[in-house]
Amino acid sequence: MNLPWLTILTLVPLFGGITVAGLGAEQRRLARGLTLAFSLVGLTGALCLWKHFNAASGDLQFVERHDWVPSLGIQYFLGVDGLGLLMVMLTAIVVPLSILASWRIDDRAHIYNALVLWLQAGLFGTFTALNFFHWFLFWELVLIPAFFLIKLWGGPKRGPAATQFFIYTMVGSVTLLLSFLAIRLATGSFDFIQLADMAKRGEITARLGDAIGWKSHIGLLVFFGAFLGFAVKVPVVPFHTWLPGAYTEAPSPVTMLLTGVMSKMGVYGFLRVLLPIFPEQIRLVLTPLMWLAVLTIVLSACAAFAQRDLKRILAYSSINHLGYCLLALFAVTGAAVGVNQPELQKAAALNGVLLQMFNHGLTASALFLFVWLIEKRSGGLRGLEEFGGLRKVVPVFTGLMGIALFSSLGLPGLNGFVGEFLIFKGVFPLAPWAAALSTLGLLVTAIFLLTLIQRVFCGPLNPRWLQMPDLTLGERVLVGVPIALMFVLGIWPQFVLGMVDSTVVKMVQQFNF
Amino acid sequence: MLAWTIYISFIGVLVLMLLPREAARAARIIALLTAIAGCVVAFVGAAQLPNPGEVATIIKVPWIPAIGASFYLAADGISLVLVVLTGLAAIAGILFSWNIEKRTKEFFAFYLALIGGVYGVFLSFDVLLLFVFYELTIIPKYFLIARWGSTRKEYGAMKLALFSFVGSHLVLIGLIAAWVVARAQTGHASLDLMELSKVSFPLGFQHWVFPLIFIGFAILAGMWPFHTWAPTGHVAAPTAGSMLLAGVVMKLGAYGCLRVAMVLFPDGVRMWQHEIATLAVIGIVYGAGVALVQRDFKFVIGYSSVSHMGFVLLGLATLNTIGLSGAVLQMFSHGIIAGLLFAVVGRMVYDRTHTRDFNDLQTMQLGKVLPFAGVTFVLAGVASMGLPGFSGFVAELQVLWGAWTVFPRMTILAGVGIVVGVAYTLRAMQKAFYSDTVVPEQSGHDHPLEPISTPERIGAAMLIAASLIIGLFPGLLLNWIQPCLNSPLFERLLKGGSL
Repeated sequence: MNLPWLTILTLVPLFGGITVAGLGAEQRRLARGLTLAFSLVGLTGALCLWKHFNAASGDLQFVERHDWVPSLGIQYFLGVDGLGLLMVMLTAIVVPLSILASWRIDDRAHIYNALVLWLQAGLFGTFTALNFFHWFLFWELVLIPAFFLIKLWGGPKRGPAATQFFIYTMVGSVTLLLSFLAIRLATGSFDFIQLADMAKRGEITARLGDAIGWKSHIGLLVFFGAFLGFAVKVPVVPFHTWLPGAYTEAPSPVTMLLTGVMSKMGVYGFLRVLLPIFPEQIRLVLTPLMWLAVLTIVLSACAAFAQRDLKRILAYSSINHLGYCLLALFAVTGAAVGVNQPELQKAAALNGVLLQMFNHGLTASALFLFVWLIEKRSGGLRGLEEFGGLRKVVPVFTGLMGIALFSSLGLPGLNGFVGEFLIFKGVFPLAPWAAALSTLGLLVTAIFLLTLIQRVFCGPLNPRWLQMPDLTLGERVLVGVPIALMFVLGIWPQFVLGMVDSTVVKMVQQFNF
Repeated sequence: MLAWTIYISFIGVLVLMLLPREAARAARIIALLTAIAGCVVAFVGAAQLPNPGEVATIIKVPWIPAIGASFYLAADGISLVLVVLTGLAAIAGILFSWNIEKRTKEFFAFYLALIGGVYGVFLSFDVLLLFVFYELTIIPKYFLIARWGSTRKEYGAMKLALFSFVGSHLVLIGLIAAWVVARAQTGHASLDLMELSKVSFPLGFQHWVFPLIFIGFAILAGMWPFHTWAPTGHVAAPTAGSMLLAGVVMKLGAYGCLRVAMVLFPDGVRMWQHEIATLAVIGIVYGAGVALVQRDFKFVIGYSSVSHMGFVLLGLATLNTIGLSGAVLQMFSHGIIAGLLFAVVGRMVYDRTHTRDFNDLQTMQLGKVLPFAGVTFVLAGVASMGLPGFSGFVAELQVLWGAWTVFPRMTILAGVGIVVGVAYTLRAMQKAFYSDTVVPEQSGHDHPLEPISTPERIGAAMLIAASLIIGLFPGLLLNWIQPCLNSPLFERLLKGGSL
């Protein structure tokens, strides 16, 4: 049992990608089969991790620690707690779904599949690495396959969309890197866990001031650098403008990965890095940050309402859903003066965040999967006005996509509800005004999702689609997996909560110094 | 042992000169074998060196006793890094000029002479000897460009030669002045770097002589505003020429700055530290900005070299161990990556399409026609952007890390340079390989492009592997560089720079 499980988990897709890329362009079936096999190995690995994970402990498990570049203080340091494991699980589930969805992509299929596997390796690495250098390697590794998947297989405006996506993310990465170099200089450590301990003792700001100067401003500057890196990835309004283009132009199976897992990298970064290391700075600028979260929620919902393209609607709705996570994250960092049992509220909010991350990953990727199925039937059309009355010709499709849409809307009994409920339950006592304003987002979300259902599935049937075939058996099975999970998690959220609860309790202690 | 890198290269030159004119194939093979032998010697010599932190004397015989000059070759960890770089770059350059048909043997003779001179500079510990080798490299590079180059080759060659001569004259004046002052102080004449480095030159003297020598060398390192030879020279040079220019010749300048100017005049550096950093950062941002708007593919890479060498100079200006070790690592990394980029542009693309204009390349769908070239450029571009996993990241990481304490504002500006670097690399990648411009039907298909040859594949794989290995295991080189920076030679320079 002392095998380096996490390393193996990361290396499987990495080498899988190399193997698949080495196949000829003609061996499409083999490439797809191998890719699916590698991703299923990843899923099995993640399930094994879950099985052997001790959920009662909030500590890091499966830890691997070796010296890497001793003279620079770089270590090979891996480990997962509930948060890491949850993200690994999400990646392991969404990637095979995306691979199955992209089964009919024939253009350079071997390269496409290799890129997907590399993306998966990068994601596994990001969610398990705990030394900045090591983590940053994977954080950036994710970017390259994502860029090429958009650039080479995307829609008509893929070029600018891919470039914009890459440049935005790189700006964030550079500021993040500079911030961490400053931190390394001041504290002598790249280790997330050590840094969090130092921050808990309130040492980091003082040391930054000693090492670089500029008094207390340097702490804020370094914080903003790191903040930008994560804020672009989530994204937080106003750093979101790359997202609609990238999500829309990417082929839908890739969008499943972008929204399902890659957007979680940003939230993960907030939880793992920003909140533990910069609590003082976050408190200093808490009010503006809360406003940003509220704006992210409300504006993106309104923007989604104004869109006429199914993918753009879902893209903005994705920003909206992650906005709730940000709201809760900032709220729990606050001082919580005069709140009854602040630890309980904070724990509820954080549990909500983790649930929401997992649920959104599941639901959003399922929704893009449905859009992909529509696109395949309509020859690429996906305007809101192009359809109408589809429920008469494709009843099964309508029913299943309806479930996913209601899950996204937060209907009780489905997975989306529990996360948002816990977030609001926690945030209301901590920051009542922000929570109140954010409910506007819930309202607008309901409006635009219902409009979508109405325009696409109800009303008079557009005669163009009389012949539209309903879901095939294979497709039913494919979408059946996330739909089943939506019900399971909606009814029994304990699956996820059990995994993360101890971690959350530990985090609350961390933020409550 | 290491001295044989120099001797072997010059023996190679002699053998090539004896060949009959038409023996092109033999010339290639001899050149390749010579380069491989040089590289092997470099690696074996490096492995044999007992302690990279100490200067190990290879040979020291009196040469002109009257002025204290000796034939003094030695090596420490920093020389080793650059010698190994030269070995790798030399092999790659030959692999990428396998298709030279015009006066092949002369081409390779000049090529090996250049390589021999470069090895000589990196191994000389006598300032006069170093200077001689340094001058020696100017002649072959002039001829390589003027005869085998393209696009305004006479202009590019002449500009490069003139800039180099001006630089080396500044260096010469400075060295003579230093020799005079040192003799007055110590009472005996010496040009031995180790002895000169122990002399305490008066502060007033250092104040003017340091910039003289530093700028003299930095001209060749492409320091803004003395960089203008670099883009034109790189563009005009044949592929192997630009690979060597960017790969090792620019490193000669940076090496001279560190080994001679900074080691001899530690107080001088401290006086000018901020000015150097400012020029370095201007170079980083300006080079990247200009690369962003070029129409000629090769100019993009040419200006990117200026930008990347700015990181070397910034690292040197930090005067702390991390910054300096980053600078040396960046010399290695840039040597590998720039070589690869020039190989893609010059050999894989230009030799086949006979154009480097983005407007023409855009219509050729090179990403599909030459997938190997596309992938190589992507990997080289990603490495050049400084993404983790490749050598450039570890190097720039250390430079920025070292710079944070000394010049926080400059560090942030350098970050801007990195972002612009990402932008121009993406732009070049997009325009040259993955453009979506619709192809007019009739063009291109009449003459299918020659597929990528085996030497090219080997060369590209070698350079990518080198960058990846150092990117993932930077300790391999840092174990040579860092002990060296803690040695007595650098003690006075790094005094007070605690990191």
